[in-house]
Parts: sequence; structure tokens; C-alpha cells
Amino acid sequence: MDASTITPYIDSTRDVFRTMLGLPVTCGCPVHVRKVGAGDADVSGIIGMSGDVRGTVVLAFPMATAIGVVSRFAACSPDPESDDFADAVGELVNMISGAAKAKFDGRIVSISCPSVILGRGHRIQQMSDSIATRIPCGSECGPFAVEVAIRVAIPAVADVEARRLSA
Amino acid sequence: MRVMLIDDSRTMRSIQRNILTQIGCSALEEAFDGQDALSKVNAFQPDLILCDWNMPVMDGIAFVRSYRAGGHRTPIIMVTTEAEKTRVIDAIKAGVNNYIIKPFTPESLSQRVRETLERARAA
Repeated sequence: MDASTITPYIDSTRDVFRTMLGLPVTCGCPVHVRKVGAGDADVSGIIGMSGDVRGTVVLAFPMATAIGVVSRFAACSPDPESDDFADAVGELVNMISGAAKAKFDGRIVSISCPSVILGRGHRIQQMSDSIATRIPCGSECGPFAVEVAIRVAIPAVADVEARRLSA
Repeated sequence: MRVMLIDDSRTMRSIQRNILTQIGCSALEEAFDGQDALSKVNAFQPDLILCDWNMPVMDGIAFVRSYRAGGHRTPIIMVTTEAEKTRVIDAIKAGVNNYIIKPFTPESLSQRVRETLERARAA
């Protein structure tokens, strides 16, 4: 997967955490992994992407980081078992994916409503034909990761031109 | 100022509610999708509507089209992650008055609310 595909997720992750939480995030070097969600996350927010960019985006937290991040985002301390906790994690991955998809210039992309999985050792099934990349992130609230397994379709030149004219 | 907030995320409604309260919003009604909003909006009679785009059951753009089809002119700000130019144009064509992209700061949301209300008063 080339840098132009991953950079939008790095930029949007930094932007969402800085703007909505006032939390600076450092992103390490992206690494290829066999699958998304195969790490040791306790909380995962998941978004599906469809259209010219297809696949899965996962925001994966250890529990301690998730509690710190959600407390800062929601300005309260929701119980990790509550709907509010999952709602906050889902909204974060929604904003990260939404901001990233806007950077796939000239491509038509839709995102799903987010899902959130809680539980130690959970695993996520991904599309078998996409390459997964893990972006390790660090913050004052602790480490977390953004995992991206997408496939970017290359639209036909005629399609691109038709879309440009209709825009 | 009476404001209706439409967003399927309780967290986002709470964040927007806090900002609106700080800038003098006197009454708030909340809805979790477009259909819920349609069932509440006529009784509440808002001065301003803040509406998310991506929601289950009825999304924001379907709500805007349906609300405008009823002849209502209350200003609407779309508050969404949908940042592509084509999406913004679709929203304006549907009847949205202003647009703010998530993530947003309290200052940017407050500013967008003020300018939308000022434009509506001047119209």
C-alpha cells in the first residue's frame, strides 16, 4: 500500500484528536500486518468503506487508553460497559474515516455507520483481498492504533472526467 | 434561540449542546435520526436546526429534503464528516443554509451558528 493511501488516515487521526479532544497524537511508522484487529486491543471502533475505496478502518485501543480518550472526548467518565462509551469510540472512528475519505480526490467513497467491539482478545474479519496497515499512535492518554485494510479502485479515465463535469 | 440537534451520536449531541448553551441557546430538542426529527420538529418550532448527514433509518439529506418539501424555512446547518465538494453542493441543493465539517472547534461551530442566524435575519 503506498503512502498516499495511508497518509490521509495519519492526518485525519491527528486532526480529530487535536481538534475534538485537544490531545496531540504522534503517529509512528506504518507497518504491514496480516490482518486488522489481530493485535491486543480491548476496544475497537470499526467503519466499513465502500465505492472506489473499499475495506475496513479500525481504531484499536487498550482499555486504559480508551477510558482516557473517551473521558476527554465526552467530558465525563462513562462506564466502559455503557452505550455512551461505545458511542464515543464509534464517533471518533467515524470522524477519522470521514476526514480521510475526503482526501481521496476524485473518488466516490461511502462510509458505513460505525460498530464498536469490546473485549480482550477479540478478532475482526477483514476482506481477504486487501492489505492491512497498522499506524501505531501515542498520546498523553496512552498508546493506540489505527488499522486500515482497504483496496483503492482505479476509476476509468472516462468515469473520472464524467464525475468532474457533473461536480 | 431554540435549536434542534439531529445526530445519531449521543456524544456529538452532548458536545454541541454544551457549545450552544454557552452561546445563549434557551431551548434544545434532540433527535437521533431524520425520522425522529420529523416527528418532533413541528411541535418544537426551532429557530435553527443542526443536522448530521450519516444516520441510520433516515439520513440528514433525506430529512432536509422532506422538511423543505413541507415549505419550512428554518435555517439548517449540516454538521458532518462529509467534506467532499460534491457532498456540500448536494446539501445546499437540498436546502441546507450552512455547512460545518467534523471535527470542529467550539469557536468554529459558534461562528457558523451566528453567521447562519444573521443571514436568516437579513433575508
